[in-house]
Amino acid sequence: MVTDIATMKSGLAQTSGQFSTFFVADLFFGVDVLRVQEVLRFQQMTRVPQAPEVIEGLINLRGQIVTAIDMRRRLRLPPRAGDQTPMNMVVRTEDGAVSLLVDEIGDVLDVDAATFERPPENLDPAARELIRGVYKLKDRLLLVLDAERTVDLAAGRPA
Amino acid sequence: MQDEDVIREFLVESHENLSRLDQELVELEKHPKDAELLASIFRTIHTIKGTCGFLAFSTLERITHQAESLLSQLRDGRRELSPSLVSLILDTVDATRKVLGSIEATGEEGPDRFEDLTERLRVAAQLTGDSAVQPGAGMTPAAAAEPLDNNGFSEHAEDKPREGDAAKSSAVADANIRVGVGLLDKLMDLVGELVLTRNQILQFNTEREDAALNVTSQRLNLITTELQEGVMKTRMQPIGMVWNKLPRVVRDMAVALGKQIRLEMDGAETELDRTIIEAIKDPLVHLVRNSCDHGVEPPEVRVRAGKPPQGRLTLRAYHEGGQVNIEIGDDGAGIDVARVKQKAIEKGLLRPEQSEKLTDREALNLVFQPGFSTAKTVTNVSGRGVGMDVVKSNIEKIGGIVDVFSRPGEGTTVKLKIPLTLAIIPGLVISSGGERFVIPQVSLLELIRLEGDSGEKHIERVHGTPVYRRRGTLLPIAYLNQVLGLESAERADVVSMVVLQAEDRQFGLVVDGINDTQEIVVKPLSKQLKGLTVYAGATIMGDGRVALILDVLGIGQRSGVLAESREQSRAATEQKTQSGIEQQRLLLFRAGSFERLAVPLSLVARLEEFPQSSIEHAGGCQVVQYRNRILPLIPLRDVLESGAPDHGQTADPVQVIVFNDGDRSVGLVVDQILDVAEEAVTVRQKTGRKGLLGSAVVGKHVADFLDLNQVIRAAAEDWFQSTGGSANGKRILVAEASAFSRGLIRSGLDMVGYRVLEAANLDEAIRGLEQHPVDIVVTALDLPPDGSSALLTAMRRRTEWQGIPILALANSAEQARTRAGQTADFQDCQVKFDREAMLESVARLASTLASSETVPVCVGEER
Repeated sequence: MVTDIATMKSGLAQTSGQFSTFFVADLFFGVDVLRVQEVLRFQQMTRVPQAPEVIEGLINLRGQIVTAIDMRRRLRLPPRAGDQTPMNMVVRTEDGAVSLLVDEIGDVLDVDAATFERPPENLDPAARELIRGVYKLKDRLLLVLDAERTVDLAAGRPA
Repeated sequence: MQDEDVIREFLVESHENLSRLDQELVELEKHPKDAELLASIFRTIHTIKGTCGFLAFSTLERITHQAESLLSQLRDGRRELSPSLVSLILDTVDATRKVLGSIEATGEEGPDRFEDLTERLRVAAQLTGDSAVQPGAGMTPAAAAEPLDNNGFSEHAEDKPREGDAAKSSAVADANIRVGVGLLDKLMDLVGELVLTRNQILQFNTEREDAALNVTSQRLNLITTELQEGVMKTRMQPIGMVWNKLPRVVRDMAVALGKQIRLEMDGAETELDRTIIEAIKDPLVHLVRNSCDHGVEPPEVRVRAGKPPQGRLTLRAYHEGGQVNIEIGDDGAGIDVARVKQKAIEKGLLRPEQSEKLTDREALNLVFQPGFSTAKTVTNVSGRGVGMDVVKSNIEKIGGIVDVFSRPGEGTTVKLKIPLTLAIIPGLVISSGGERFVIPQVSLLELIRLEGDSGEKHIERVHGTPVYRRRGTLLPIAYLNQVLGLESAERADVVSMVVLQAEDRQFGLVVDGINDTQEIVVKPLSKQLKGLTVYAGATIMGDGRVALILDVLGIGQRSGVLAESREQSRAATEQKTQSGIEQQRLLLFRAGSFERLAVPLSLVARLEEFPQSSIEHAGGCQVVQYRNRILPLIPLRDVLESGAPDHGQTADPVQVIVFNDGDRSVGLVVDQILDVAEEAVTVRQKTGRKGLLGSAVVGKHVADFLDLNQVIRAAAEDWFQSTGGSANGKRILVAEASAFSRGLIRSGLDMVGYRVLEAANLDEAIRGLEQHPVDIVVTALDLPPDGSSALLTAMRRRTEWQGIPILALANSAEQARTRAGQTADFQDCQVKFDREAMLESVARLASTLASSETVPVCVGEER
């Protein structure tokens, strides 16, 4: 048991330089690939009345109950088009697995550490809290999502 | 806990320890300086010694004691380890094992006292030289000087079969294995998963008609249930495990406090899940210490009270209704309720006026408030202001309930109700707003289904607060869809309600549908949802979807049915029961030195301003011309402060409150109109002052209630003289509990010219009837103590009272309608405070009197 947690923790701290990418609206995000537990199609969800609005609901992931956070609402972006069903990107956090609802799943990318930059100062505060930085890829920018902060709903709230 | 069990535990543990010791000693030979190893060996021997002392195995204790001394020297580095010392210790281990074997077989230590071994150990411990511990040849029971390698070790092993007792010694060790708690937890999780899958399969099975599947799933069902029970059992431990250490706690406490306390334990074999055992350990110890410290009196006090000097502390555990009850009782002085109240007031937990209304039982529960301790003196064992509240919160955390019972002079009993397990619980599946939720069965009292064309009508409202009459008492009601902010389909004619219990209070929760009961596996909610008090967790249903488990306490609090704390709730219910009568719109105004006066707005016709110049005098009265009539004016200040000097001129224009009575009006001159407040009012303090009914808190400030009738009578007696009509001279008995309501009813009747007798309860009403001729009785349906029917019965028994018409006053239009329809016992039934209707009804009853016949009338329509 102890070793399990230890490995998990060290896994969380480790970075591989590889990112699982996904889209939320027109933003291109990446999460460290070691953090991603799995990617699922949209699942049947149980609403949680009275929950914070970023919480879409609860899903049953093979007997494990996982909270799904809608990334559009988390980043305060306009809602998805009606016919578009989100994808579940299940990430491991210190609090267990959490599913992030994203628009579309992208490839796993290797990035060059030299292209990293801090997020711009004038970024929307809601997003700025959750974005660790930006990798300047050839054709676009990859935003690095801070998974721990994303699932910590107290972070990124307007004061 | 029985000794046998203790010994069995001891044997199992010691066997394990000894096997480890063998290994460690061999290891130690290779690394003689390994401090950690030495410490571990020392600990093992020490443990055995300690337990032996406790169980009174003197031989074993002596051996291990000597070995311990030797080991402590080694551990502290006071001497070097030599092979001969190692062998000496190994001899000790063997001797120990032999004695243990004998204990297991016969319960006794056996005839061999191992005196020579003890002596050798003692000598070895005394001398520092290695030579001293050279084995006295031939004296040892086992060959101690043999080389200490694995060979030597195995030789000992070969010895064993010869020792008949030792052969059996493995029996206990073999029949029991130690399993890590982590593994058990993991198994429990897996069984949880299996239960879910089983549920899914069962549901799947009901959807299709396949005989083979049916048989298989039935088998699966049975096996799963059995497995679940089995695994649950592995985690079960007798509560005696916790109780074990209590005799010592009690003894030490008794010695420290100079008391004599006998501990009696009953039901030590009652089993509980180990997680729960863990959770109740500390609260239990605390409660026992509390009983010793605060409960049982010192011997001399006991003797003086006619009790035996030795106090008794009883621990009882038993199963009841799927829960375990644990009682901690003493035969001490009991809890002094007055002191509890006083203490609570001192600590600011209670207001003095609240304390008077508190029942003893409620007062007792104050000890669970944070920061409360009744101990007169702070001792080193208790009385530090932490305790009972922590006990309560710890017990409630695991879904348990704490209750305290006390009789002065006879003792105190604290009762804990604890669930058997936390992992898998039975729950009721309900639906609301298209979602499914689970309610833990422990919180569930009953299910109520209201149907017919008036499903919703069974739910009445007390000033907007829904209540349901359940076997004569009002049950507050919450709607789950409202609590959770869900849209529900329009309820047609059926209302489904679950009656729930949280702490010691009950409420009804209206849901859209009640499905079925299931065994559910409780899973915690993620961090993001922890803040939601309305959920206790989540579970996976048979169809694989997630359902939320409701937290009954949280739901109750969120809906406002249960207030945050007991006191608040009690006050709230008190207000609620009265608010039907006394939630009133009040007009607040100022006159003279009275900064805040109030009259019910329902009595007020208009507010007017008249210029001073328009005021004329007629018949010794101030009057104004008002709507083509003469309006007599009563300067309120003069009435309330008669004799006081006039404070200069009155304002211009003057503020006048106009009261109407039929055709007539009267104006009350006040200094200033302040406000209209809507407020539940309880007249807290009655004043003897003329013109005032009493005072009450209105909008956070105290206001005096004007006795309108008295004021007007005092100022314009003659104005009333002219009233005349059928009313004159008729005597009416008003029976109503609330002084304030009574005053209002009376003022209405007074103004029309009836003579009014007041009665606050049944006894007063009967006395009133006996002492005065009464023409009409006006009684509240909820007349204390048992309602108006008691008065009715009493009146029907006396011939002279049989002809008196009775008007009943209901708290709501709904109640009035039902009563009017149901019974012809009363001549009429009206809503309290519908002044017009009441007066009309009284007038009608009065006129029937005039024609000297009583005709039952039922005024059904709602005004």
